[in-house]
Amino acid sequence: MSNYRIHGATGEWEVVIGLEVHAQVTSKSKLFSGADTTFGAEPNTQVSLIDAAMPGMLPVPNAECIRQAVRTGMAIEAQINKYSRFDRKNYFYADLPQGYQISQLYHPIVGEGQLLIEKDEKAGIPEDKIIGIERIHVEQDAGKLMHDQHPTMSYVDLNRCGVALMEIVSKPDMTSPAEAGAYVRKLRSILRYVGSCDGNMEQGSMRADVNVSVRKVGDTELGTRTETKNVNSVRFVMAVIESEVRRQVDLIEDGGEVVQETRLYDPDKNETRSMRSKEDAHDYRYFPDPDLLPLNLEDDFLEECRASLPELPDAKRLRYINELGLSEYNAHVLTAEVETFARFETLLAITAEHLGKPESDTATTVANWSMSTAPGVVKSLGDEANLEYATAEAQAAILKMQDTGKISGGQAKEIYEIVLKTGRSPDEIADTEGLKQVSDTGAIEEAIDAIIAANGDKVEQYKGGKDKLFGFFVGQTMKAMQGKANPAVVNQLLKDKLG
Amino acid sequence: MSVDKATVAKIASLARIQMDDDALERMVPELNNILGWVEQLGEVDCTGVEPMTAVIPNTLRLRDDVVNADPKTGGDRRDDILANAPAAEHGFFGVPKVIE
Repeated sequence: MSNYRIHGATGEWEVVIGLEVHAQVTSKSKLFSGADTTFGAEPNTQVSLIDAAMPGMLPVPNAECIRQAVRTGMAIEAQINKYSRFDRKNYFYADLPQGYQISQLYHPIVGEGQLLIEKDEKAGIPEDKIIGIERIHVEQDAGKLMHDQHPTMSYVDLNRCGVALMEIVSKPDMTSPAEAGAYVRKLRSILRYVGSCDGNMEQGSMRADVNVSVRKVGDTELGTRTETKNVNSVRFVMAVIESEVRRQVDLIEDGGEVVQETRLYDPDKNETRSMRSKEDAHDYRYFPDPDLLPLNLEDDFLEECRASLPELPDAKRLRYINELGLSEYNAHVLTAEVETFARFETLLAITAEHLGKPESDTATTVANWSMSTAPGVVKSLGDEANLEYATAEAQAAILKMQDTGKISGGQAKEIYEIVLKTGRSPDEIADTEGLKQVSDTGAIEEAIDAIIAANGDKVEQYKGGKDKLFGFFVGQTMKAMQGKANPAVVNQLLKDKLG
Repeated sequence: MSVDKATVAKIASLARIQMDDDALERMVPELNNILGWVEQLGEVDCTGVEPMTAVIPNTLRLRDDVVNADPKTGGDRRDDILANAPAAEHGFFGVPKVIE
């Protein structure tokens, strides 16, 4: 249970949050037409006669969009409805020439499922929590309006009109802005693993309608909720909740009542405001779309969908912890984004192969390199780094040299810097730039002998039981070797010599 | 089930159809006539009968995900799309300003 509370004048309040996330389905063509879905094209060049609602045109669903919705449903462990149907949601607006959106109200394609948000004590999520998902249905997106290009007219671009969306409706299970943020991030991660949505919030591929209500702590009945539409980032979702909670509590405590309504978020002012024009927009007069027969999914199709699912974030995270021996934190960070785990897994496979060791033996080293060392080097180089040179092969070669003691951790960084600047081979850099540890016992022994000879008093103290002095000898040896001696070899030789 | 004048006015407004008072008055009995006629269906006992959603014994056909496979249902035809638009500009439809 989250402990997010709002301190009002009359007592403590809690918040109940539900999210409807609209995720654009990754497909080449639109839900009911063959027009292209690529983002950013010239206006109205990706509009078919169907999308423009020309008379006599009939919709035929895109199999890929159906497949992606089913796979997404499976990824959230949801019930898949073998029978579903399309309905018309009627509304009149310039962004939708049909006058209705084809959606699925009565028989959605995906039923109840769930998703896990991980504990994050810093963010105020004290333990793992399951968030219920009510349903996923498939529907058409609308076009785009531009209001600022002409003094008296709005411009309409229908390129987005008819692109497939999944509307993913959560249960009202979230009780803090942090939980809502974690939910959106986790959902985005799952969608990107599955490949059913690119999750690009800047381009509007994912946007959320945020339902918020407040109640006194201890009350069991839900308060009246408001819905803030089209919120397009995790940060804004959290900001909307915070500002809406405050507004509702102040309103109720001043003797007012929350009105069930649609609101709009203004990021510049960080506040929501009522969309009065939508007052009767909820009267959608849904009815089954007579242009579309019911959708029946065959067992073969469902099996193919299930077989095509990749390892999902939770399973991967647990495997990283249990089989690769990574820390919870590392496993969490590495599995959050598709690109991150893909890079990690490639590098791990090559490094383990070069070393002839099982992946679990080198996973933590590779994880630390991928999460901290390598990004640190890239960052410090700034524009000087050419990321084309950041190949898994080059990084694996560096990790191998480090693992076998040929180079130190500091030298690994220096070598990687040169790799990123020049694309030269790590082994060649180590050889020609003198970036190698000396493991040659002869040279190290010579240095140690000189130090022992020069510090007779300390040798006596050490032998007399002052163990801490061992560090002094290590330091002196490393200094004499200009930091290039292999610490493991130095330790061993010192132990032998000091007895 | 029947409708009154206020309901007809609401339906007209949702559909963005402008109707004067006379038209609304005329429409009330017309719609009620239709509703009464359809209501007769309620007299049929259909207990235990699955609701029928389509009159043909067929299932929904799906389309492969291919861009512009058929020019009739593909995009890339802006001139056609805008041909009847009264105020197209710079490739956009121009409509009376609608702003939140």
